[in-house]
Amino acid sequence: MRDADRVFSNLDGTAAAGLAAARQRGDWDDTRALVRRGREAIQGTIRDSGLRGRGGAGFSTGLKWSFMPKEPAPGRPHYLIVNADESEPGTCKDREILRHEPHKLIEGTLLAGVGISAHTAYIYVRGEFEAERRCLEAAIAECYAAGLLGRDACGSGHDFDIHVHRGAGAYICGEETGLIESLEGKKGFPRLKPPFPASAGLWGYPTTVNNVETIAAVPAILRRGAPWFGGIGRPQNTGTKLFCLSGHVERPCTVEAEMGIPLRELIEQYGGGVRGGWDNLLAVIPGGSSTKVLPATACDNLQMDFDGLREAGSALGTAGVIVMDRTTDIVAAIARLSHFYWHESCGQCTPCREGTGWVSRIMDRFVAGEAAPSDLDTLESVCAQIEGHTICALGDAAAWPVQGLLTHFRDELEQRVAGSYRFLAA
Amino acid sequence: MTEGAELFPGPDRDEAERILGRYPPEHRQSAVLPLLDLAQRRHGGWLPAAVVDAVGDYLGMPSMRVRELVTFYSMFHDRPVGRYLVQVCRTTPCWLRGSDEVLAAARQELGIAPGETTPDGDFTLIEVECLGACADAPVVQINDDFHERLDGGQIRAWIHAHRGPKEG
Repeated sequence: MRDADRVFSNLDGTAAAGLAAARQRGDWDDTRALVRRGREAIQGTIRDSGLRGRGGAGFSTGLKWSFMPKEPAPGRPHYLIVNADESEPGTCKDREILRHEPHKLIEGTLLAGVGISAHTAYIYVRGEFEAERRCLEAAIAECYAAGLLGRDACGSGHDFDIHVHRGAGAYICGEETGLIESLEGKKGFPRLKPPFPASAGLWGYPTTVNNVETIAAVPAILRRGAPWFGGIGRPQNTGTKLFCLSGHVERPCTVEAEMGIPLRELIEQYGGGVRGGWDNLLAVIPGGSSTKVLPATACDNLQMDFDGLREAGSALGTAGVIVMDRTTDIVAAIARLSHFYWHESCGQCTPCREGTGWVSRIMDRFVAGEAAPSDLDTLESVCAQIEGHTICALGDAAAWPVQGLLTHFRDELEQRVAGSYRFLAA
Repeated sequence: MTEGAELFPGPDRDEAERILGRYPPEHRQSAVLPLLDLAQRRHGGWLPAAVVDAVGDYLGMPSMRVRELVTFYSMFHDRPVGRYLVQVCRTTPCWLRGSDEVLAAARQELGIAPGETTPDGDFTLIEVECLGACADAPVVQINDDFHERLDGGQIRAWIHAHRGPKEG
């Protein structure tokens, strides 16, 4: 992609994160004029750009904003919440924005706030990101000192405050209603929807929750225009996207690339290639741990966007690409994820609370080569009983990695049934 | 907490007020996670039940509503932890890059299993789930700091350098 199309020019932290350096990168350039375009124009541009949420679900950002009431009713303030509770395994993109490009996020928060008629935003940062939180808070303090936030932000006439809220270690708080509960000082139990946060969110008031990367892209889209962003990628899959390359690549990294970039190009151009070469690839989890694993045979012409990955039987998710070469024990790799979901299930819904434990224990038996012949069927059955039977998507997310394994690596599992254990003998 | 002791003495009182100032006055409960964090930092890295209850009193929350948070959120500890809390990420992206080796080296160097604290009270070793730094795997979080792209030798060296008498 062209360098000029990049949104995040300091993703790797080569330059300073502070206000002076951010201004040199183009942040806060006549933000007043952008704010003064007003709610309808801002919403319209974001909708027309085709921007879809970067947190995993990929819902249209402009459409989400349009669900908010037109203007706040008396005594019913609107809130914007930025979800920086990044904790999906394989995903580490928001962290780079928080520590290297905090001003893009802050400016985007102000503009998104105008887009939904909010005067207050909370940025919910996962508790473990202490260094990142300090970076963000330092940048926010700079903005208040420079008159970019607070009363009459940027001289626009719009009052706007941003508060940073620290989480305390719970994956479930990345789910938007779990996050809201947590921000209210409770356990992060996801809420039944409806009502949706746009009508009853934080403290019961209209609320929009957006991912860090989504919000940080807003200023660039408003400045350069919807046709620019919409012209990158393909329809329904527009713009640039941050991809995290982890696992068995030569140079793990987080990079910005155009939506739809072929997986192989992504890995070879930015990650230095698969360890041992492309032919040494075993499998890829393309969009964070909640997306289904794909075998190497599906990876040759894989288009890395929402539709491309859906057609391949997986999903773009957070675009956290976990690469596994042929030395990988794929059953153990997925078992680790099953353990993750068991640990992170909030315990509210029985199918997830109990099911994730079942799945994890069965997976551990396969890893050890001690599975019973009936365990394959039990695994399938338990996954099916979790999927679609819980309040939030964590249950689905726990089932999918195992279902992907069952689809593409069933023989690996069959070899681990006690008595037919060829794995160690090989 | 001892009888009559202040929950947030001195400068901590200002910090607690600053935290409360982020939320509407009628929603003081929203400050509970950051206040528990502040209290934990002031009580040696863990939360005795009396401190937890004091935070509840401070916010006007029933004790049970605060205690359940301490067990729900993984960053709160209801038992003492070492001066250094060594948290080895075990999730797949770190595992693919050698977290097993890092954990084994830490176990051996410290002479304890995950979940245990060294007899001198200096180190607690635990395994944690994804720390969100997967492109810099394997990752170990020690207190507030991330240590990235580690191998067994590096974690050994870090532990070795932080043994012994407490400074400052």
